[in-house]
Amino acid sequence: MFGQILFGIMALVIVVTSIGVVAVRNPVRSALNLVANFFALAVLYLLLYAQFVAAVQVIVYAGAIMVLFLFTIMLLNLGAPAELAERFEWKRPITWGLALLFVIVLAGGVFARLGEAQPAPEDIGTVQMVGKYLFTDWVYPFELTSVLLLIAIVGAIVMAKRRL
Amino acid sequence: METLLNNPWVVIPLRVLIVIGFILTMVPGLVWIERRLLALMQIRKGPNRVGPAGLLQPVADGIKLFFKEDVIPERVDRFIYFLAPAGFLIPVLCAPAVIPWGPDDRLTPIADVNIGILFLLAMTSLTVYGIVLAGWSSNNKYSLLGGLRASAQTISYELAMGLSIVSVVLLTGSLSMRDMVLNQQGSLGMLNWHVFRFFPLGLIATGIFLVAMLAETNRAPFDLPEAESELIAGYHTEYSSMKFAMFFMGEYASMITISAVMVTLFFGGWLPPLPFAPFTWIPGPLWFLIKLGVFIYFFIWVRATLPRLRYDMLMKLGWLRLLPTALVNLFLIAIILWWQQ
Repeated sequence: MFGQILFGIMALVIVVTSIGVVAVRNPVRSALNLVANFFALAVLYLLLYAQFVAAVQVIVYAGAIMVLFLFTIMLLNLGAPAELAERFEWKRPITWGLALLFVIVLAGGVFARLGEAQPAPEDIGTVQMVGKYLFTDWVYPFELTSVLLLIAIVGAIVMAKRRL
Repeated sequence: METLLNNPWVVIPLRVLIVIGFILTMVPGLVWIERRLLALMQIRKGPNRVGPAGLLQPVADGIKLFFKEDVIPERVDRFIYFLAPAGFLIPVLCAPAVIPWGPDDRLTPIADVNIGILFLLAMTSLTVYGIVLAGWSSNNKYSLLGGLRASAQTISYELAMGLSIVSVVLLTGSLSMRDMVLNQQGSLGMLNWHVFRFFPLGLIATGIFLVAMLAETNRAPFDLPEAESELIAGYHTEYSSMKFAMFFMGEYASMITISAVMVTLFFGGWLPPLPFAPFTWIPGPLWFLIKLGVFIYFFIWVRATLPRLRYDMLMKLGWLRLLPTALVNLFLIAIILWWQQ
């Protein structure tokens, strides 16, 4: 019962802040909406017994990545940008159409399999379980991701220090 | 008494009350201790007029801050300007929830969660928002520079700090802070503590944490976000009255929290330094407090001793010295643990 109330509140926060991210003019406030969104998402992970994922969500996304986003926004001192000229009149209806299609597919997928859902075992999200799966069943995707990140880091340094 | 301690409706508020109450009452005392100690080290007198030995000075300061006019500059981003001090103080006060300060697991920690130290890292990484947003919303270039410096500094030193914490996690095999303390228990007393584990590897990890904790709390010699000779007062230049007091309280509270983390991770938490008679008579929480006091003294001592670093030196120290050392140190600890298996 308590979990359901908490889920309702957090789902509401997620929806409102998600809209806020794209609707708010001021880039700093937009970034702050995203931080609140990440935080509410971490609470949802906790409700799914995924403690480790919740902590990492806050440390990595809310604590590190969004701080860098804010840092960049402040360093460039972005104000509210003037209304961007809309060059393609037909873009807007297509966007709405695609968004609607996405919602239908998503809702269909969720409702079609609603009866089959099983509650997760309580230890699924502990550090031990995540570590076990990450280093046994999923070790190749895991290592490949690390290589991908390394490539991105090297690429960033090459771009930034071209004259080095 | 026993039934009361087993009732969750009594014991959980009690746990919260003890930790938050301790930190909030320690802050004014800490201000007095710091000013007296700094005066002692600089051969001055320090606050000595209000009450015996100036003991009531923090009370007077508190009253002054409370009744001072709250000046809000024009053209600040009002919502974020009001949000920032709370955004700084709340995570600081949430962080100690996972620190055990005694052997009784009914009274402490507030929540012995499976992810222990990760929760603490998450909370400390959130404190930077308060500083950055305060700097930005004040609409003042010195504040903005202070906020930017704070965020760059915190992120840089979090890496080295995280790596030295990982070495403790490796030694313990758990993220729970209670397990970390229990892992340091043994017949050798302080030689079982993580500082002296795999000498000198544990000592190096402790040293890295020591430097990183000064940088994380924006204390001298890493107090560049509020370097008064360059930035007036940095991110809280435009804050006055109780909003300034919240930043002030947050800074001292985070000093207490991070010292407690240091004690728990490397110096055996509530364990006595030697596991026999006169030392074991002193109860665990008191040992914890004594060790905590040593690190608080260290903070003040460093402030009185070392000059402030230049910004490029700060970055060089973080990225080119501490981070590689921490990586190699972690690697060596992992090799020894693998060898022992």
